[in-house]
Amino acid sequence: MRDFLSKKIVDMPFSGIRKFFDVVTEMPDAISLGVGEPDFDTPWPIREEAIKAIKAGRTFYTANAGLIELRRAICGYTERKTGVTYDPAAECLVSVGGSEAIDLAFRATLEPGDEVILPQPCFVSYEPCVKMAGGTPVPISLKETHDFRLQPEELEAVITPKTKALLISYPNNPTGAIMEKEDLAKLAPIILAHDLLVITDEIYAELTYGGKDHASIISFPGMKERCIYVNGFSKAFAMTGWRLGYALAPEAIMTQMVKIHQYCIMSSPTISQYAAIYAMTDGDAETQMMRKDYDRRRRYLMHRLSEMGIPCFEPKGAFYIFPNISQFGMTSEEFALELLQRKKIAVVPGSAFGACGEGFLRISYAYSLDDLRVAFDRIEEFVTELRAEKQ
Amino acid sequence: MNKEFQMKLLSLIERDGKLTDAELARMMDCDEAAVRAALSELENEQIICGYHTLINWDKVDPDSVTALVELRVTPQGGDGYNKIAEIIYQYPEVETLYLMSGAYDFLVMLREKNLKAISLFVSEKLAALDEVQSTTTYFTLIKYKEQGFSYMAPKKDRRMVVTP
Repeated sequence: MRDFLSKKIVDMPFSGIRKFFDVVTEMPDAISLGVGEPDFDTPWPIREEAIKAIKAGRTFYTANAGLIELRRAICGYTERKTGVTYDPAAECLVSVGGSEAIDLAFRATLEPGDEVILPQPCFVSYEPCVKMAGGTPVPISLKETHDFRLQPEELEAVITPKTKALLISYPNNPTGAIMEKEDLAKLAPIILAHDLLVITDEIYAELTYGGKDHASIISFPGMKERCIYVNGFSKAFAMTGWRLGYALAPEAIMTQMVKIHQYCIMSSPTISQYAAIYAMTDGDAETQMMRKDYDRRRRYLMHRLSEMGIPCFEPKGAFYIFPNISQFGMTSEEFALELLQRKKIAVVPGSAFGACGEGFLRISYAYSLDDLRVAFDRIEEFVTELRAEKQ
Repeated sequence: MNKEFQMKLLSLIERDGKLTDAELARMMDCDEAAVRAALSELENEQIICGYHTLINWDKVDPDSVTALVELRVTPQGGDGYNKIAEIIYQYPEVETLYLMSGAYDFLVMLREKNLKAISLFVSEKLAALDEVQSTTTYFTLIKYKEQGFSYMAPKKDRRMVVTP
């Protein structure tokens, strides 16, 4: 029999998160701090809207791009948050999670050999999606000393004549880093000078801490025309299982994205779409409540780490902290495995998010304070043991 | 004390009275001394009136009974309702007492070992007061939720340990 498999796909490794957590599933009493989804239930009013949709029999396909009522709500929400106006009929697509929107963005724009700049550490899907779309990923190793914010000179250094696009994702998974207005302002002239397309994944936009609201690259002059903006419902409204996200982009790009979506997906889940309208129009208070809770846990963990003598830059977004464990002389995978075996605490090695994540761990605080307290007590025991063994 | 600081502190201990000063300090981004000072100020002002525990008594003693009693009363002199309230809330049996708007005056909540103890208290103590015109007693059948906590569906992590 012939080998039926695509070499491109076979050569692509599984996600590093997944590989690591196959070990965890075998350990029923382990505490996992590895999950990248909110621990809150979807707010009840949103669930109720879905129930209403089911009862009313609203269970047919929607338009390919999504319910127009939802697209209007998304554009209204985006304008309220970023000040940028999009046309619901021509510039908006409701996708199956933010993930699909990212895939569509690459597939609609990349030609073989096109380079896409990926600042790392970053979400595990970007690189494979670029490759599957025929593009060439060009990583940038972000620095802890810059709080993992993309620096203009770092961007400029990797641009070549083949560079087509830049992907940015702030607030960031896995670091929890954000980019403030002033940081983004320094990137805009470079993007314009090199005529780059920007794919901006802002799925954690609602989760920023420390008083400053999230800043988006789309609100800078000349950016909307060259940006594909990706967001979704999973993180802000605790709706991971509803599989719903969205993309906003200029009509010429959006038309092509909708075409791919039409052939591959048809339309996003109808019931989820009806529920999502409520999230966009009336969900702010719920998000606010969750944000406050995450912030408390974030501060708790930062203090615990500093008491343990583990350095960690202050993450101001998402629900991850990214401590530096290089002092222990182990790779992040070794550290994480040892922590799991000895103390039954699962965290994700930073190296799962790009080579420059080596020496770091991603710890999610989408867990109750009770769990975090127990987990950090055990981590504290673990590092005390490691230090004693070193001597 | 800063109002925002006070509200943050209260919202934290409202949900978990067992948080230590050190834990509160970590979450509030301040030192323990500031937490201790704020707590004692709130205690002195009787804004914090205790650090009680929410107990599902139905699980401890299935015979225990909670009842709500509506009271209609005749207000007395200048002090009106307050004077009557003072008499009623002195009884250790009374867990909660509210003056209400609407069809009756006081709402009394009682928890006792059994039905009989409640009946006795209502008939011999509350109804016997001169100011009380009438009583209507309701017994609770099932407690689903108290103080924001659902007894029926305690929070359980249903997420997969692996994010796909």
